[in-house]
Amino acid sequence: MNQEIIEVTEETTQQGVSRRSFIKGAIAASAAVSSTNYLFRANGGTVLAQAPAAGAVERLITVTVNGRSRRIEVPPMETLATTLRYKLGLTGTKIGCDRAECGACTVLVDGTPHYGCSLLTHSVRGREVTTIEGLEAEDGTLHPMQQAVMEEQGFQCAFCMSGFIMNSVALLNENQNPTRKQAAEWLSGNLCRCADYDKILTSVQRAAEITRGA
Amino acid sequence: MKGVIRDVIPQLELFQPNSADDALAVLAEHGSDAWVYAGGLDTLDWFKDRVKRPRVVVDLGRVESMREIRSTAGGIEIGAMARLIDVVNHPDVQARFPALAFAAKSAASPQIRNQGTIGGNVGQDTRCWYYRDGWTCYRAGGNICYASPPTAMNREHCILGASRCVAVNPSDTAPVFVALDAQMVVRRGRSERVIPAEEFFVGPEIDIERMTALEPGDLLMSIRVPSAWSGSRVYFEKVSDRTTWDFALVNVATALQESGGVIQDARVVVNGVAPTPVRLTAVEDAIRGQARNEQTAIRAGDISIQGVSPLTHNGFKVNLMKNLVRRSIRDEPMNEV
Repeated sequence: MNQEIIEVTEETTQQGVSRRSFIKGAIAASAAVSSTNYLFRANGGTVLAQAPAAGAVERLITVTVNGRSRRIEVPPMETLATTLRYKLGLTGTKIGCDRAECGACTVLVDGTPHYGCSLLTHSVRGREVTTIEGLEAEDGTLHPMQQAVMEEQGFQCAFCMSGFIMNSVALLNENQNPTRKQAAEWLSGNLCRCADYDKILTSVQRAAEITRGA
Repeated sequence: MKGVIRDVIPQLELFQPNSADDALAVLAEHGSDAWVYAGGLDTLDWFKDRVKRPRVVVDLGRVESMREIRSTAGGIEIGAMARLIDVVNHPDVQARFPALAFAAKSAASPQIRNQGTIGGNVGQDTRCWYYRDGWTCYRAGGNICYASPPTAMNREHCILGASRCVAVNPSDTAPVFVALDAQMVVRRGRSERVIPAEEFFVGPEIDIERMTALEPGDLLMSIRVPSAWSGSRVYFEKVSDRTTWDFALVNVATALQESGGVIQDARVVVNGVAPTPVRLTAVEDAIRGQARNEQTAIRAGDISIQGVSPLTHNGFKVNLMKNLVRRSIRDEPMNEV
């Protein structure tokens, strides 16, 4: 099923009547069946026209991920972390607790850190999502925070790393010279079970240096 | 008892209206089948565990008008969909009600404050784990409280105000709104009503299955904080196991009007100790007209714990509440954001 969905999400028009538009049509047809509750009726009960209820959502939506506009089929109650990992194949985003209590799934939405496990993909419709895969430059140059983690050996098992790095990137975008205390407070919504906090904060300091060109 | 399922969320019908009118229309149509979704931090736990399974979800995330924080002639009006971080950073909130900004900053974690809303923070459900794990307790429509027997794990539960259910209100901003005498603006269809914060929170003796006065079809639109206590000495302090994520074991919000070192008026509120934020009127009466000094503070603390009834594992909350009430009168407000 994932393979199928990944194919239809690619922005391609190679096939004329694409699989994407076929599936879109199929979804629209099923939506029409399920929204019979919302038929407009004149006084006599005649069906005049069909209009969706205000705010009803479509399953086929567009989300911008790492600068690319992605057309994806998303059930209403799917979380962003699930969509990223299992629809878009962006498995750099980890799911730890799945309860907004560990920070491993932290991604940026319009530059702001959010727990991807606790945000509906439908809530980021039309917004910019940045994941760990979107940090490096086109020529492969690592983001200063990634480079700093390499230099400082910031993490041990590194399951929490993507979340920490994404949150640190948001910090550095706002403050290129954070104190350790400021960084610790900013990163307090991320847990590291290896307790590498000291090395993580050193990495943030190093990343700030790289960013400032020091 | 339902098993706890950690899995994808079951199918629900999602609405993302662009206006409050549209949201209210959907809520009116679906009544108790509909669930109001704000930041989603409380909601998604319920859905993932499949403990609450509404048929329709109304996500207010696209109702821009409900995110506004504005100064009015009478004070500040905070849209229910303003994120906690918006409340923390708003210059008028910081200038006029620094304790409110401080309390909002004390809640949850940075990422949650980037998404969680002020309406969600005051309207959130209790964190009693028996209830949240799907045990069919009183609050879940059952016939027993699993948290109150001597063998239960009830370190975080009530020390006063219990009525069958011993779960507490977990909000950090709620006691501040009660202390500041805020007004909750609630809409249902086209009609609007304004409820004092003190009456907005309801305990199990009124309705054991709800935490607030909101009924199906109701929407909390905004919270009005009147100027009356702006410029007063407002103290907030939260004690929790960790400074991030954890809910308050006890928190306190005390607003004092002083003149010449004498307390002219006071509103003293604690949360985390009862099913609702509790206004300690006996303490207020005792300190009104008194000099604000160590002696008055000690007396206030002693009075605050009269009538408490701790459970097996939460006796520590009694001293904690006594000391927090004492400090809230004696010490200078921290109110850092």
